[in-house]
Amino acid sequence: MTHLITDPHFGTPGVRHRQAYTPGDDFYESLIEGHRGLSDEQSELMNARLVLLLANHIGDLRVLREAITAARAGVAKAPGAAA
Amino acid sequence: MLKTYTWPRYDYRRAPEIDQGRVRRVPLVVVGAGPVGLSAAIDAALRGLPVVLLDEDDTVSVGSRGVCYAKRTLEIFDRLGVGQRVVDKGITWNVGRTFHGDQEVFAFNLLPEAGHWRPGMVNLQQYHLEQYLVERALQWPAIDLRWKHKVARVTPGEAFATVEVETADGPYALECDWLIVADGAKSPIRRALGLDIEGKIFQDRFLIADVVLDGEPFPADRTERRFWFDPPFHPGQSALMHREADNVWRIDFQLGWDADPEAEKQPERVTPRIRQLLDSQGFAHIGFELEWVSVYTFQCRRMANFRHGRLLFVGDAAHQVSPFGARGANSGVQDTDNLLWKLQLVIAGQAPASLLDSYDAERTLAADENLLNSTRATDFMTPKSRAAKLLRDAVLSLAEELPMGRALVNSGRLSVPALLSQSPLNTPDSDVFEGWMRPGAPLDDAPVRAGGESGWLLPHTGAGFVLMLFGVPDAAHLGAIETLANGPVPVRALVVMPAGEPGPADPTWLEDAEGLVAKRFDARPGTAYLIRPDQHVAARWRRFDAAAVSAALARATGQEAQA
Repeated sequence: MTHLITDPHFGTPGVRHRQAYTPGDDFYESLIEGHRGLSDEQSELMNARLVLLLANHIGDLRVLREAITAARAGVAKAPGAAA
Repeated sequence: MLKTYTWPRYDYRRAPEIDQGRVRRVPLVVVGAGPVGLSAAIDAALRGLPVVLLDEDDTVSVGSRGVCYAKRTLEIFDRLGVGQRVVDKGITWNVGRTFHGDQEVFAFNLLPEAGHWRPGMVNLQQYHLEQYLVERALQWPAIDLRWKHKVARVTPGEAFATVEVETADGPYALECDWLIVADGAKSPIRRALGLDIEGKIFQDRFLIADVVLDGEPFPADRTERRFWFDPPFHPGQSALMHREADNVWRIDFQLGWDADPEAEKQPERVTPRIRQLLDSQGFAHIGFELEWVSVYTFQCRRMANFRHGRLLFVGDAAHQVSPFGARGANSGVQDTDNLLWKLQLVIAGQAPASLLDSYDAERTLAADENLLNSTRATDFMTPKSRAAKLLRDAVLSLAEELPMGRALVNSGRLSVPALLSQSPLNTPDSDVFEGWMRPGAPLDDAPVRAGGESGWLLPHTGAGFVLMLFGVPDAAHLGAIETLANGPVPVRALVVMPAGEPGPADPTWLEDAEGLVAKRFDARPGTAYLIRPDQHVAARWRRFDAAAVSAALARATGQEAQA
């Protein structure tokens, strides 16, 4: 992968964190919080909408194609994957 | 009865107040001789305060309970005089491995940045720690440690609090100027006074077992902590295996909310769980015996205020977190570290009682940070909805492949001290500095030499306020430095010289052995730091200025109206 960032990359410009995990945990909490109270179907739709919003924000097709490949790579072997 | 530990029994003594027939007034009473109450009492004695410490029992913690002691807590224990015993007896561990199913997701190495005295984390059963603290407390005549003295009632007042105590010989009362409440999560005092504590209860149960292994799973110098999400031996839940002292291992199993706590505690239920775990890890040849078993639930919550007039709540009585991240006992000990120097100044009449409000301001902030991190870890480990579980499992699957996934895996963010950046006691920077030693931050340690002897920076601080001066002080400032040292709240100068320029053989002159003090403090010749008695930065400047130091000292001791 030459365009997709795969190292931890969360943060806010100009803000330093004493613990490297903090901005990632901030994001993850916001994400889970964003799903609060939704039905399973609503959550699925929200995830899909989020993917599309972020994809448009990134825009660069080289990045997006690598991300699609990377996301798919681990799906086949994940527990519960269809045979 | 444990196989590896025999509980000490401490002697009950008849209270002299029972015979005196009058109520005595004392400056300070601490209720609860757990790790937090004992730390408070020892710190009080170190700072010259006589203290009465009351406990309803006559021994140390039953069961291992608290197990991980973090670097900052060890540094406080060094100041209290038990740090070395804890480190010697405890297990210093660095390698943590996290699994998802039967796949290793990632391993981390806690191996800390070089140039610190204490490691990131030491594991030790709570009863060992309490025993060391009791033995240390018993060395101090100023600590009146009373076992089997049960507090029946506390009556807060404007000028003092009254503590009514029940003993085998009958009741008695004490009046105290200040009362430190360290009576644990269920805090009978907090409850009796109807003080609120709010937060969330997690609907989950955990089985906690201490087992003695008859063999060595890991090479002695490579002890591992293993954490599993959804392991084959315990599907759908998490599990943890962690070493303690004396070949005792802590094993945790998440059980879910529907588990029957009584049934799950039975050996016939616990033993096969542990056998399956060991077998699945290639430790089929290692036998074990159960040492202690418990099933627990937990809450993440805190009191709205830790100070209520003359009552000061510390530790679990004031705040409770989930165990993930080892932020319980660690934060309680840090509460006392924050509180006792302030109490000493207030009792000595050198600071207004309002200084104690900064205990509330600083430690509720720290508690919020601990609550945030432990709640996040809990939410990651026990997802509350299908959507949350799907995202969690996606993180775990990415973690097997990419660093970005590993960074999001949260099996507990281990206890670190709060930076206290927003504290009202801080003097904001007026000069430009890099690094993390900004006002409010706990001091970084670093190797130093004093009088040619190799040692560490932190033990040279902590007894009172310290003014760290980098490089030979300007002769024109010596008078002002002397005046600060002899003030009502003394500020002791500590000169830090570059490596190779040790200065005079004087305990107040340090040589920055590896240049790490200057590096971590972003110091240049002339830089000055004002350090609080709890080893946090109060203020810093590029040049010494007596008036600025005095103003910062006034601010750090609550003598200035806060903006």
